[in-house]
Amino acid sequence: METFYDVLRRQGITRRSFLKFCSLTATSLGLGSYFAPRIAHALETKPRTPVIWLHGLECTCCSESFIRSAHPLAKDVVLSMLSLDYDDTLMASAGLQAQACLDETIAKYKGNYILAVEGNPPLNEDGMYCITGGKPFVEELKRVAKDAKAVIAWGACASWGCVQAAKPNPTHAVPIDKVIFDKPIIKVPGCPPIAEVMTAVVTYMLTFDRLPELDRQGRPKMFYGQRIHDKCYRRPHFDAGQFVESWDDEGARKGYCLYKMGCKGPTTYNACSTTRWNDGVSFPIGSGHGCIGCSEDGFWDKGSFYDRVTGIKQFGIEANADKIGGTLAAVTAAGVAVHAGITALTRAKLNHGKGFGKDGSGE
Amino acid sequence: MLLHNSVDTDPRNKDLKSIYIYEAPVRLWHWVMFIAIAVLIVTGLLIAYPPPSTNGEASAHFMFGYIRFAHFTAGYTLAVSWLLRIYWAFVGNDYSRQLFLVPIFNRIWWQEFLYDVKSYLFLHVREIKYSGHNPMAQAAMAFMFTPAAFFMMITGFAMYSEGAGKGSWSDKVFGWVIPLFGQSQDVHTWHHLCMWVIVMFVIVHTYMVMRQDVTTRESIVSTMVSGYRTFKD
Repeated sequence: METFYDVLRRQGITRRSFLKFCSLTATSLGLGSYFAPRIAHALETKPRTPVIWLHGLECTCCSESFIRSAHPLAKDVVLSMLSLDYDDTLMASAGLQAQACLDETIAKYKGNYILAVEGNPPLNEDGMYCITGGKPFVEELKRVAKDAKAVIAWGACASWGCVQAAKPNPTHAVPIDKVIFDKPIIKVPGCPPIAEVMTAVVTYMLTFDRLPELDRQGRPKMFYGQRIHDKCYRRPHFDAGQFVESWDDEGARKGYCLYKMGCKGPTTYNACSTTRWNDGVSFPIGSGHGCIGCSEDGFWDKGSFYDRVTGIKQFGIEANADKIGGTLAAVTAAGVAVHAGITALTRAKLNHGKGFGKDGSGE
Repeated sequence: MLLHNSVDTDPRNKDLKSIYIYEAPVRLWHWVMFIAIAVLIVTGLLIAYPPPSTNGEASAHFMFGYIRFAHFTAGYTLAVSWLLRIYWAFVGNDYSRQLFLVPIFNRIWWQEFLYDVKSYLFLHVREIKYSGHNPMAQAAMAFMFTPAAFFMMITGFAMYSEGAGKGSWSDKVFGWVIPLFGQSQDVHTWHHLCMWVIVMFVIVHTYMVMRQDVTTRESIVSTMVSGYRTFKD
């Protein structure tokens, strides 16, 4: 049986490049140099695990990110590794041929393939808002998931719902863990997720034949264990109290912290500030714009990207914690003032009627 | 358990001049709350709305770090004093339990509660003297202040765990709170909103104790210093 290494060599990739990829992957997984040879060994000896890549309601930004994986090898490696037995966006065949590939892979590797899902299923109108291969996507998803070994939820769509599930969510789009219950699901959120994170997750699963360690929300800890904020290169400005006050001000030119501009780095778990994007060129904060929190649950519905104290929709578009709480506190204070006034008047009246008795309560 | 709070219902209290209510740990707890909450509200608002930026090199300043440090320290102080306060509810006198145990199944308590409501609505002048909290005050503390304080501590330590990191004690104990709310930004929003509940409580609490002190013949404010409730007649 063909191994990953065989596939790579067949594609003209040198052994040197292959080992570099193994080292990079070991490092990005936080495993240390000891694991690089183990990854190499696994890729050299293990039979290739087929991956089926399904697309539901989505914008394909996950695929776009994936095929731009920074490491010169990664896209070859991973595309070869996945071989994409089925990926309707990337595969050469289409229509009935493509469907035949899918059915063949499911039958041949029953219980042994990995299902990667990009996008999510809409449930309204029996799932008719997303049709693939003439059937509602939700049915296709359930059918393919049934015989999968494990499921990867690519991106915010498959993990949380993303923009199509934002209020009012007319198609009733749901994350895949609302329709797949009996398989281990690994969530790799982001809109899109970082390419290196995606390739490393796949590599880990193929190398060690198990899921990476997940956090409470089902995300791999090695990439989603810390916030953008925790490793942000602008963090010293945050601690010093040096903030961008408005776009293009002196602070913005000096690269101060974007906290006041509504940067969601302090509430967003992702690896952008360490891994960065496009071969480590930059990431949003590095380009002078705050993080919008795209890898967090329901980030479209958490108020403005540019507010620190974000709005609370249930109380109206313009309301935030301070407008609601401040109003209530002001009403309370006004009530207290009125009550104090009436108290004073009542006591004055009682005292006036009875004279200043020894009992202050006006007995 | 103190079923009802009025001292008048007990004939032995006819000539009562003063009664020891708040034991030292309760008084200490109260004033620790006072200081901690004041620090928490001020620093909390500064965290949400940071002061104008400092100048010069980042390495020369730690302004926002100190603000956050003060917030976290006050938060820890508040939490520890609550733990001691809960302990004292077990070993202290009857009044130390009023914050946690409200006799809502007791008819007399409800009668006194309604009596209180009416007197606050100026329908009659209050004639009952209370040793501990009056029923309305007790209800406000047990159902408004105490839950709000615990909400703040739970959400507060959940957010603290984000900085402390995975595997820290706060992550192990309170990390589950963040997915419960959806995500971290939601926890921040609710933590901020609940601060205003505490502000409202402080406004009403301060007004009520001062009003009681002025309009009735029993001590209120000084009781939280000395521990004794004194009756002037």
